[in-house]
Parts: sequence; structure tokens; C-alpha cells
Amino acid sequence: MYDVIIVGSGGAGLSAALSAKEKTNKVLVISKTYPTHSQTVQAQGGINCVLDYENDSISNHINDTYKSSKELGNINTIKKMCESAQKTIIWLDKLGVPFSRDNSGKIAQRYFGGTKAKRTCYSSDYTGLKIIHTLYDNCIKNNIEFLNEHTLIDLIINENKYLGINVFNLLSGEVIDLYSKTLIIATGGYGNIYSTHTTNSVSTTGDGLAIAFKHGIKLSNLEFIQFHPTALKGTNTLISESARAEGAFLIDDEGNRFVDELTTRDEVARAIKIKIDNGENVYLDMRHINANIIKEKMPQEQKLIKDIMNLDVHKDLIPIVPAVHYTMGGILTDVSCETSIKDIYACGEVAQNNTHGANRLGGNSLLEIITFGKIAGNNAAEISLKKETNIPNKIEFNVINLILEKKLGKSIYKIKNDLSEAMFNYAGLYRTNNDLKKLHLLIKKFEEEYKNTGIENKSKKYNKNIVDYIELGNLLILSKLVCQSALKRRESRGSHFRKDYKQINKEYQKISTIQNIKERVEYKLEEAL
Amino acid sequence: MIISINRRNDKENYMKQYKIDKENISTLEALEYIKENIDSTLTYRSGCKSGSCGSCSILVNDKEVLACKCKLNDDITIKPLKNGTIIKDLVVDLEQTAKLLFKSKAFIEKFQDINIKKEDEELIDLQSTCILCQSCYSTCPVYSVNKDFLGPFALTRVLRYTNDKKEANNTKKLDAIQVNGIWDCTLCGNCTIACPQFIDSKTDIMNLRMKSVQNGYSDPTIQSNDFLNEFNNYNDFNTGFNPNSF
Ligand SMILES: Cc1cc2nc3c(=O)[nH]c(=O)nc-3n(C[C@H](O)[C@H](O)[C@H](O)COP(=O)(O)OP(=O)(O)OC[C@H]3O[C@@H](n4cnc5c(N)ncnc54)[C@H](O)[C@@H]3O)c2cc1C
Ligand code: SF4
Ligand code: SF4
Ligand code: FES
Repeated sequence: MYDVIIVGSGGAGLSAALSAKEKTNKVLVISKTYPTHSQTVQAQGGINCVLDYENDSISNHINDTYKSSKELGNINTIKKMCESAQKTIIWLDKLGVPFSRDNSGKIAQRYFGGTKAKRTCYSSDYTGLKIIHTLYDNCIKNNIEFLNEHTLIDLIINENKYLGINVFNLLSGEVIDLYSKTLIIATGGYGNIYSTHTTNSVSTTGDGLAIAFKHGIKLSNLEFIQFHPTALKGTNTLISESARAEGAFLIDDEGNRFVDELTTRDEVARAIKIKIDNGENVYLDMRHINANIIKEKMPQEQKLIKDIMNLDVHKDLIPIVPAVHYTMGGILTDVSCETSIKDIYACGEVAQNNTHGANRLGGNSLLEIITFGKIAGNNAAEISLKKETNIPNKIEFNVINLILEKKLGKSIYKIKNDLSEAMFNYAGLYRTNNDLKKLHLLIKKFEEEYKNTGIENKSKKYNKNIVDYIELGNLLILSKLVCQSALKRRESRGSHFRKDYKQINKEYQKISTIQNIKERVEYKLEEAL
Repeated sequence: MIISINRRNDKENYMKQYKIDKENISTLEALEYIKENIDSTLTYRSGCKSGSCGSCSILVNDKEVLACKCKLNDDITIKPLKNGTIIKDLVVDLEQTAKLLFKSKAFIEKFQDINIKKEDEELIDLQSTCILCQSCYSTCPVYSVNKDFLGPFALTRVLRYTNDKKEANNTKKLDAIQVNGIWDCTLCGNCTIACPQFIDSKTDIMNLRMKSVQNGYSDPTIQSNDFLNEFNNYNDFNTGFNPNSF
């Protein structure tokens, strides 16, 4: 019996683990990958925090975040994040994160979209990588127990009481039950419902959300999907906002700049999409940027562009497309990270704790996952110390055999790609009632195809196809919920743009929630907690 | 394009060839293509698709690469990394990573609040971009015979933390790498050539040797030579028998 089980080993999960471990030794981290394979390694640009009080202020940070959320964030939650940001950065710095420094030895800061002050701390352009490796080194130092390549497949909940989880051990092919007093879900976002148009890691398949939904845990704001304006055309590899922050231009086929490069992501992405839909190409132009700045601040970008596109940032224009980058929606939590079921917490991209609302500011995600990861770990551990529980009887769980027994129909990989194309075309940067209705029918068809197929590989040992099968089931659940949420929000707000309702509508100045109540899907608009 | 992949299932090890009619794709995209269109059982790891998670490292024509950053060429052979237990197809066991990092104490032992300069951070910048892709391990001749060898990435990481001004106590770290560590390395440089992040573990290890000596640790490779000389002298003078003499 563990005190705290944490599912997911990205920045949120590892921060939660480190802070839970300060209170109790009975902490376990489960991950379907290895910690350093988590998507957090991909974050390049940086992490927001006000350090220069002469030119910036915490209230600016709060206001910018709230403004970007299009008034769907909760001011108290945002306050908590922004006010403790400096503490968060100091914590990371003490653990050993090598933040880049300026000439006077202070932690260096750069501009990011949506703000007028230099507020983003970074470690060259490997910020996420260096944060997660440092957190991992500290987990190792603190003897934190890990079960890697174990996939969460279900929660064990009895009469609304949390008891434990079922996980699939990829290596052995067995499902095991694990019990704990509290659970923290930190499984990341759901970008892979657009799997062929996303910068996200292949593992970001919304598992935590889908599983929580099945058990009646409330989800929220699923319709808000952030597209990043600049991913490399053809591969969707991200070119960080730091490129534009350091002065890169966006130009069209005629060489004209057509949008303010430093405005919010959704606006830039939509401007690019219009060009692309008109059959034009859009390029990132870095040719005029000083070579030393590129060397010092964007070494990874330069390398990616060279390795993946075989282009030289000093000489060539770089063809780009917008790609799905971040999912604002998630498991609804309050400011203490608690979900709608007691003893179950959520933090990181999987959670919707009312900080990002309709749109997240660049650099605010890393800040959020660390800040609330720590809060979740601390609170879950504290609660667990006060809680008595007994290990329940073993529950038979036959899902793997059921999957293996299924006859082969349409390939699950084909279904996944078809789903992604449908999501991108009908629930992408622009949405309409008609398109979303079409999408809904298509998703139903994919669900049918999914039900009628299995996998070819019947082996027990390291059968990755089983995980792929489970993930696709989760992607389908989420696609449908995203589609339903997008249909219901008849306005345009932040990342959610409806061609048939182009304006913000005050009546919708509320968060959406979606919940499975006795097999019925209940959709509501509520005040941000 | 024809590519051959070294497959391994529960029972056997075999080579299989696949034909792919796609130009200008990465090796990872080729593996995805095979899995989605030809043989779904093909097993490999991947994550970020952009060279930062280190999960997709494999051998292409016996050289360590990240599949997501390596362009596909005709007529290549793909194998799993060397020096690890192969679990299935291209997937190797990674459970030793954490143990090696733990043993080498690759973390800040004791934090000190000290003024950090730009140069201080730059000094550890490269080493802290290690993505734990294991490519260096795959090439290391010492690791191939001694699984207790701390090896290139762990040692690079130790240097990263010993050079970190925030660390107040380097002794424990230096202590941890004396046995099965810096002195066991042959300085062959394979790891340096293999690293996709251009980290030079060989030089990092030499730096750690220097730091160790400066901190009063002795170089056992010199000791053993002394010992050998004494041994020879002893034999020469006392028994007249020298196995190495002509
Ligand atoms: C290319 C890119 C660049 C970015 N740049 C920035 C930036 O500069 N600044 C910023 O603030 N944000 C940035 N972001 C966003 C930010 O990186 C993510 O939002 C954040 O890392 C999410 O962290 P997380 O811990 O919630 O989830 P993740 O890092 O995605 O981790 C999720 C974990 O859960 C595990 N998991 C998932 N499902 C299961 C399951 N079923 N069972 C067990 N384990 C499971 C995974 O294996 C993984 O360990 C970027 C994102 C991308 C993709
Ligand atoms: S040192 Fe280089 S080769 Fe070795 S694990 Fe790190 S990144 Fe990979
Ligand atoms: S230089 Fe040392 S660590 Fe690197 S591969 Fe050779 S023996 Fe191994
Ligand atoms: S998939 Fe992450 S390094 Fe290749």
C-alpha cells in the first residue's frame, strides 16, 4: 500500500514525486515511458517568472495570463502561480537546473509572445530537457521508486471512493493492481487526437483524461486546443517561439510580412492558416539575425532545421505550418489540485485548473506544471498521512485477453490517422457547426471500426500494439468530447474560433465542463472555480 | 528503397527486408511506415520525433543514430543498440540507467548559495544537454565486458555536477567514480564519436581524472605499473625467475 501513486513522469509528475517524498517514503511513480522520454523534454523556449521588478511586475504577469485566457482563467489560481513563480525558479535553480545567465550573473530572460517584458527564463533552448533531467537526477538521489513502461489502464473506484489503479506491464504483458491512499494523475495532454498534425510526443494520447472521464470525474474546457504557428512543414517539428522573440519574421511567397510576429499564438496561427488555405507557403525568415545570437540562444533550432530540413538558417527561408501544440482542457481541479473525486489529484497538462483558460501564454506551461506538480505532491502526501485504508480484494481484470481475442479488422494505425485528419479538417483552427456535425458522424464511424478490430500481434512480451490499442480507445473518447464541446461553444474565444460565431459572447464567459453521469454525458457552462 | 531490420521475438533472431517507396523521410518515419502498413508487430521506441527524448536510438549500418534525425538511405541495415539486453526487435533494456546514475552520484549533493556567472553556466551547458540516448554506451568497449562500469554518460553527468558552482561537496562524487569509473575507461573516444549531442565524454573523463588527482586521489593505472616493476625486480633479484625476461 502506497501513500501516493503518481501516474506520469513528465515535469508535473516528477515535481509531484519530489514534493510528496518530502512527507512520506511510500511514493511510487508509474510511467508508460521512461521519465526522460516524457514530452517535457521538448520544451525549448522557457519558463515564465518576473525577476526584473523595475521593468515588469507580478501584477503584469497575472494580467497578461488572465488576458490571454480570454477571461476564462480564475484570477486566484493565476495569482498563486505568478506570485510563487520566483520561488519555483529558485527551487529549480537549487536542484541544479542550469538557467542561462546574463552578463551580471542574474538568471537571463527573453521575450515571449503576448508580453511586453522580458519574462521568460531559459536554459539555452533546452529548457524542458534540462529541467526534467535535473528533476530526474534528484528523484534518483532521493531514491524515488519508479515503475517504467507501465501503462495506466483503469482506476479502481468503489462507490465514489478511490482505492487504486490497474496498470499494464509492457514487459510481462500482465495487468497488475496497485493500491494507494491517494493518486496523482500527471499523464500529459491530448494533442495526439491530431496525431498527424502535432508537435507533441507520440505518448501524449490523453489517457488520464479518458480514464478519468469513464469514472465520472469532471473534465473541462476541452474545446480549447492551441496551435503553434511555427512547426517545420512536413514533420511538424517545433521551431520555438524564441525564434520570433529574437526577431525572426514570418513572410509569404511574395516575401511580405503579414502579421505581428509577437502577438498571441492563436492569432499568428490563424493568419498563417489563411495563407496556406489560399495555396500559399509561409516561411520563417531568420536570415537577418546575428549569427552569435543564433549560436547562443537557438542552437537546437539551428540544428533541427539543418538535420530535419537540410536548410541553413543564415541563408534559407524555412517553410512552416501551424501544428497542434498544447491542450488547454483537462481534468477539472481546484487550486489545491483536487479533482471531483476525493483523494484523486491531477496536475500538469492533463489538468484544467483555470490558469490557461481559452489560451495559454508561451512559457506558462512549464511554470504551471512545476508549481502545481509540487502542490499536488504536497497535498496528496499530507492527506494520505491522515487516511486509514485497507487493501481491497483483488479484482479480476480481463481486458488484455479481450483485446488479444479480437479479430483483425481495419488497422488501428489507419483509424488513428483517419481520426487525426478528420479532427484537423473539421475541428482545427477554424470551426463551424456543419463541420463539427460531420466530424461527429465520422468519429462514430471510427468508434465502430475500433470496436470491430483487434491487433495482429498476440505475444505477451513487450507487445506495444496492446498499448497502441488502448491509446486509440482513449483518443476516440477525447475526440468526441472535444467535438461536442466545440459544437456547444457558439462563440469565438482564444484558441476556439467559430466561423459562424466570430465574436466573443459574454454569455459564454464561463468554463465548459463535461462529465459522465451514469453513462450519460452531461455538458455544462460553469463559473471558473 | 530496401532496408533490412534485425528482428527478435520471444523465440528467435532474424533479418527481415522491407521495401519502402518513399523519398526523403527519416529512419523513424520508415519504421512507422512499416509498422502502419506492412508489419504492425515491428517494435521500437520513439517519443519526441525531434532528437530530444533519446528514446529512438538504434544502429544504422552499425553506427549509433537517433532514428528521428537520421535520413533514410537505400540498402541499410537497422539493429538495436549494442551492450544492452535486447527485449524485442529494436528495444533494449534501459533499467540500468538509473542505477548507474545513482552509483555515480550524478546530482547536487549539497547546495551552496553562491554567485553564478555567465561563464559558470556555459561551462556546464554542453554536458547538461545529454538526452540519455545510450548511444555512447552502445559503443563503449569497457562497458561491453564490464556491466558495472559507470560509463560515458554517467561520468559526463558527474563532471557536469562537479563543475557546477552550486555544488558544495564534490568529494563524494569523486569518490564514487574511482572504482569501475574514470580509470577503467580506455580513452578510445568511441563515445565522443557516437554522441548525437556532440558531448565529448572521453575528454570529460580525462577532466575528471585530473580533478581526482588534484584532490588527492591517485591514478591506479600508474600504481599498477609501479607494482609490476617491483614485482619484476623482486623476481629478478630474489629468485632469478622473470616470466617476462628473454
Ligand atoms: C515541442 C514543445 C515545446 C514546448 N515548449 C514549451 C516552452 O518553451 N515553455 C512552456 O512553458 N511549455 C512548453 N511546452 C509545453 C510543455 O512542455 C508541456 O505542456 C508540459 O511539458 C507537460 O508536462 P506534463 O508533465 O504535464 O506532461 P508530459 O511531459 O507529457 O508527461 C506525461 C507523462 O505521463 C506518462 N503517461 C501518459 N499516459 C500514461 C499512462 N496511460 N500510463 C502511465 N503513464 C502515462 C508519459 O509517459 C509521461 O511520462 C512545449 C511543448 C512541446 C510539445
Ligand atoms: S552522452 Fe551523448 S551519446 Fe551518451 S547518452 Fe548522453 S546524449 Fe547520448
Ligand atoms: S572513451 Fe572510455 S567511456 Fe568512451 S567509449 Fe572509450 S572506453 Fe568507453
Ligand atoms: S524520438 Fe525522441 S530522440 Fe528520436
